[in-house]
Amino acid sequence: MADDTTQPIRRRNFLMGAGTALAASLSQPAVAESQTAPVTDAADAEPLLTLTSTEHAFIVAAVDLMIPADELSPSGSQCGVATFIDRQLAGAYGAGARLYRDGPFTKAKPELGYQLALAPREFFRAGIAAANQWSRQTYGKDFDRLAAADRETALKAMEAGKADFAGFASRMFFDALLQIAMEGFFADPIYGGNRDMAAWKMVGYPGLPATYREDIKKYFGKKYDKAPRSIADFS
Amino acid sequence: MTITLKETDAVVVGVGWTGSILARELTKAGLNVIGLERGSKRMPRENFTIPSVRDDLKYAVRQELVQDTQLETVSLRHSPAETALPIRRLGSFLPGTDLGGAGAHWNGMTWRLLPSDHKLRSHLTERYGKNAIPAEMTIEDFPVSYDELEPYYDKFEKLCGVSGKAGNLRGNIIDGGNVFEGPRQNEYPNPPLNRSMAGAIMDGAARSLGYHPFPCPSGNASETYTNFEGLTLGACEYCGHCERFGCEANAKASPNVCILPALLADPKFELRTYAQVKELVYDKAARKVRAVRYVDTRSGEEYEQPAGIVILGAYVFNNVLLMLTAGIGEPYDYKTGKGAVGKNYCYQVSGNAVTVFFADKEINPFMAAGAHGILIDDFNGDNFDHGGLGFFGGAWIQAGPTNGRPIFTRPVPPGTPRWGREWKLATAKWYNHAFAIGASGCNYAHRENFLDLDPTYRDALGRPLIRMSYNFHDNDHKLADYIGSVLGRLGHAMNPTLMSTPSVQRGDYNVVPYQSTHNTGGTMTGTDPKTSVVNRYLQAWDADNLFVMGASVFPQNASYNPTGVVGALAYYAAEAITTQYLKSPGPLVHT
Repeated sequence: MADDTTQPIRRRNFLMGAGTALAASLSQPAVAESQTAPVTDAADAEPLLTLTSTEHAFIVAAVDLMIPADELSPSGSQCGVATFIDRQLAGAYGAGARLYRDGPFTKAKPELGYQLALAPREFFRAGIAAANQWSRQTYGKDFDRLAAADRETALKAMEAGKADFAGFASRMFFDALLQIAMEGFFADPIYGGNRDMAAWKMVGYPGLPATYREDIKKYFGKKYDKAPRSIADFS
Repeated sequence: MTITLKETDAVVVGVGWTGSILARELTKAGLNVIGLERGSKRMPRENFTIPSVRDDLKYAVRQELVQDTQLETVSLRHSPAETALPIRRLGSFLPGTDLGGAGAHWNGMTWRLLPSDHKLRSHLTERYGKNAIPAEMTIEDFPVSYDELEPYYDKFEKLCGVSGKAGNLRGNIIDGGNVFEGPRQNEYPNPPLNRSMAGAIMDGAARSLGYHPFPCPSGNASETYTNFEGLTLGACEYCGHCERFGCEANAKASPNVCILPALLADPKFELRTYAQVKELVYDKAARKVRAVRYVDTRSGEEYEQPAGIVILGAYVFNNVLLMLTAGIGEPYDYKTGKGAVGKNYCYQVSGNAVTVFFADKEINPFMAAGAHGILIDDFNGDNFDHGGLGFFGGAWIQAGPTNGRPIFTRPVPPGTPRWGREWKLATAKWYNHAFAIGASGCNYAHRENFLDLDPTYRDALGRPLIRMSYNFHDNDHKLADYIGSVLGRLGHAMNPTLMSTPSVQRGDYNVVPYQSTHNTGGTMTGTDPKTSVVNRYLQAWDADNLFVMGASVFPQNASYNPTGVVGALAYYAAEAITTQYLKSPGPLVHT
């Protein structure tokens, strides 16, 4: 385990009591840190629709590992990826749109695709709870409260399916989390992620209007260096 | 309670490509036609406009134009020994819904079959001997030959304003076109699309290996084009939002652009939306379908619409479902090989690709059209000698991005982590410098690949789901290995900075990653009522006023995207109905 003095990621404090009730019942050290000051960075600027503060803290910690701040872009949460995930899970997708949910439900080989009864909102609720439970058992703290090096090790364990989750494989949860994080990072900014088109700027994707009838000839073999535009720029 | 409506001359189930074509041809012949569409009245001017049509999350990821699995899906088992489970979220294939069906969200690759594909069993038997085809490979001939279908391929291409270059014009082989294609009477209606950098690299590499590259026959109009319906397609904008999206430029051929404006203006046609056909009313003694029952999905009311002629123009799975639930024809039994409804369900071997990376080349993958690649057919169908190879069939192979939308398209070199700083560095570095060479392989019928009714799972109307018994078999795996080696050769010939190891389709069929919406079979066409469901005119052997359209009539799947074949067969069937059946209603083929 890495040095516990490394600054943990802070949680928003306005729901702190509710958010740490479960953690407190299962693990001692988490409680004291719940008194830390509110976070003021951009990641926390948007109100939450469905995520609890515990869940939000987990998501921020995870997406900031997946998309760390560097010279290429701000971090995942600074780009609004946690906000994106909150909104997606609060909406039709989170409620199970385009997901056949009649039973019986049976454990199946992965080639048959998603076979759980849980709609995405509930899947992420269960997944985050399982991840934090595993984190507490392994490291003594919720995932977002781990020291940076431990967080990375823990996330890699989930990716490899080596974290022991209740209910479903940690790899399945990790894959869903990575998928929705990448959606949020690269989707049009109208959904709350990809703030300032940071992800599009990072790769050089020009966005809209995407009318290249002349440009496909003009820029054949040449770098297309125009600044990206998004749906909001045309609305 | 079911409300019985006044009889009409013809009813069309599903208003996508085939429903639109049949309704148009029948109304032209003077019939009153009702089109029943389960979805909404979706038209490009209202639904496919900038900026919202460029929403990658909504269309490509959340599948806005795709069938809603909460209402309808299919189940899958990899062999008849297993218990099938429902495909709860679509991935591998994406059937459409709403007016225009999947014809609104396809990519536009518009092919003809090879002449040998039309006569597959006879052709392979003739070339490789009568014992060459394994017993479990239940492939058959199409009863309609390439030459017979040629004028109808031509007509569909002219409906769509297909862009391309002929490789065989009345027997003259033309370099730069597909030299393996059957003889065409006419050049494509539009010239090929402008080439992409990836396409240019593919062209050079293929030529250096002695192969025969050509531009994809494309339902993305390279120039403004007015078709024989008097309807105008715009010119493609290379927007990179084709597959899974509607076309804002009206340049992608779709029923909504190429035919529906004319059909909807015809007083002999009535469109009913939110009309989901639940079942066919079959009179077995008379061998007629008397009516179709549908549910108005806005009210839940059930209606019975009697009709003189019934056209099935739904997607493969619903065509088969409606036949099975009505008891038309004999369901296929994989143990005995008897019966034909549900038989020869096929798909495609699409899991092969290699990614090539060029540090010094700007690829601009976002400037792309849906059917925009440069392909080779040198390893397709029976265009190469299969002697000693241990498999039949092949694949088209293409390079040329369809898009650069970064939720899905952001190649990184092999070994790159999936997240973190290293992933960011690689993604930023290679996004504009890489592309994939992909392949779509034939999938020949196998005795244990078929469709029937699921005993457990039901759709929103309470009907059984179609149960797919399906997996890749020996022929598919050998084909995939062979094509994988060709991909490797092509990749090396491009002299890239880096390349991935060619991926090869292995293991069980996986419903999660997209492969193709090219599901075929289940109501196969043939010459014998015992071993097929419809005759050469797509008329059901067991109900002479029922005509079944679409890829469900394919005896097996070639490597090609099926829409061109589906469109040609629809025109061929429509002509048989209007010139033969209307004069003398009854079986058009006697056995």
